[in-house]
Amino acid sequence: MTFFIQLVVTGFAQGMVYALIAIGFVIILKCSEVFNIAQGHFVMIGGYLGYTFLVPLGLPVWASLLAAVVVAVFMGLVIERFTLRPLIGQPVLAVIMMTIALATVLSGLATLIWGAEYKAYHGLLPTIILKVGSISIPSESLIGLIVSVICVTLLMLLFRYTKIGLAMRATAEDLQVVQSLGIKATTVYAVSWIIACIVGVIGGILLGGISGANMVLADIGLKAFAVVLLGGVNSIGGAIFAGIILGMLENVAAGYLDPLLPGGGLAQVFPFIVMIIVLIFKPHGLFGLATIERI
Amino acid sequence: MLDVNNIEVAYMKVIQVLRGVSLKVDDGRIVALLGANGGGKTTTLKAISGLLKTEVGEVTNGSIQFNGKQIDRYGPEAIAAMGITQVMEGRRVLEHLSVEENLLVGAYCRKDKTAIKKDLEMVFDYFPYIQRLRRQVSGYLSGGEQQMLVIGRALMARPKLILLDEPSLGLAPLVVKEIYKIIHEINAGVKMAILVVEQNVKAALGIADYGYIMENGRIVLSGPAEILRDNEDIKEFYMGISTVGAKKSYRDVKHYKRKKRWLA
Repeated sequence: MTFFIQLVVTGFAQGMVYALIAIGFVIILKCSEVFNIAQGHFVMIGGYLGYTFLVPLGLPVWASLLAAVVVAVFMGLVIERFTLRPLIGQPVLAVIMMTIALATVLSGLATLIWGAEYKAYHGLLPTIILKVGSISIPSESLIGLIVSVICVTLLMLLFRYTKIGLAMRATAEDLQVVQSLGIKATTVYAVSWIIACIVGVIGGILLGGISGANMVLADIGLKAFAVVLLGGVNSIGGAIFAGIILGMLENVAAGYLDPLLPGGGLAQVFPFIVMIIVLIFKPHGLFGLATIERI
Repeated sequence: MLDVNNIEVAYMKVIQVLRGVSLKVDDGRIVALLGANGGGKTTTLKAISGLLKTEVGEVTNGSIQFNGKQIDRYGPEAIAAMGITQVMEGRRVLEHLSVEENLLVGAYCRKDKTAIKKDLEMVFDYFPYIQRLRRQVSGYLSGGEQQMLVIGRALMARPKLILLDEPSLGLAPLVVKEIYKIIHEINAGVKMAILVVEQNVKAALGIADYGYIMENGRIVLSGPAEILRDNEDIKEFYMGISTVGAKKSYRDVKHYKRKKRWLA
């Protein structure tokens, strides 16, 4: 039983990081109906940025996070200005193709700068040891959990109570209406890409703290993809919930199923199996917003 | 205030919809733009508000002037900032936002917080029906309430000119009457110019100062509303009443047909 609870708790923390990354997806999808294939690559860049700021530059953790966020803001602005703004008004598919190109460019850049090597900075993030009874929560997971919860809360507050949040929610509903009222769609898009970059980069640093930074970190984007589909493509709450569920499933599967199968690795597949089963019964995902039908 | 000079509009550079449309809206006036479906009324409004550019349409000829400034090259956001707000056809509420949030989106570009609060109350004064629904999700409002909400949202932007596209669409006659009464009150109260596009000729000419009739991308008739109201052609083609105000008789039609046979 202790083993099970241990797995669930670790999974919960990891799931929160997935949720954070998935929110980046959802925000862009809501505002501009674009599926951002490059979201996982933001995570990878984040992992490498974390390494650069923590190890060669030797900055303290808070300064590293801050510096990474600054880089993320800059990255979001550049991406929006040069790759997406010229495509406003073009078919959504063209924009999705652009994000594929973006993914390739980002992995190319990472190879160029960091040499595609495995960079570990395990143990550099602060250690907090929490023990409840016989269950101990790993420090990295706990930090991931705390940072993710803070970020998600901040984002929720941003959407609910600020002017730009209102503009983003409005743009998600009807672009033409928003334009006819004088709200600049480009500003809204820029902010949504900046947020996507920030959550991606922060998620990258957190995951990098656990497993080190390498190119494989980009595959996390695929997992975030599963989270988004499971939670419902346009629901932030759904992304959080589904992220936690997937994190737990992955850990429990790793704990119980992997030892049974030679070679293991079922943990990587298990969340996707669950996703497919859920989508068969709920095609909108668990919390997808259905269009309002008046009767 | 608004001067549309002989504009031509084409979608995708191929499909020509407007073939030389000129119209004028003076300060604080209500102008009605009437006509059958596919005449180019909505396209005219979109050309003015700049929304044409979001639908691969383009003003290919002529110019649109607003307070002496040529605006037909600007995008919709810039034109909205100059003080022209379009209320699009079909009650485009932001479904998942509450009524109050919808109204606040209208005031997004304004900085004067206290005035926005006051205007919110003003909108609720004009439309008391939506006041008690202010926390409700707007997608679940009735058609009439949604129409009131989108007009109120445009008011929140404090424009100098509102472009109203078919406020009567799909609403019961009594609701249409109510909405037109309120539009008239708004025009009198806030001194906002209104350009209204309408199928419901009777309702629109009831409150308008001036009217234009469009057909196939051209203005075919225009004049002060009280003259248009009495025009025999308009009565016959757009209001469905014949000369004496009685319903048309089938005998007249038959008589006409017989005459035509002789000619042939």
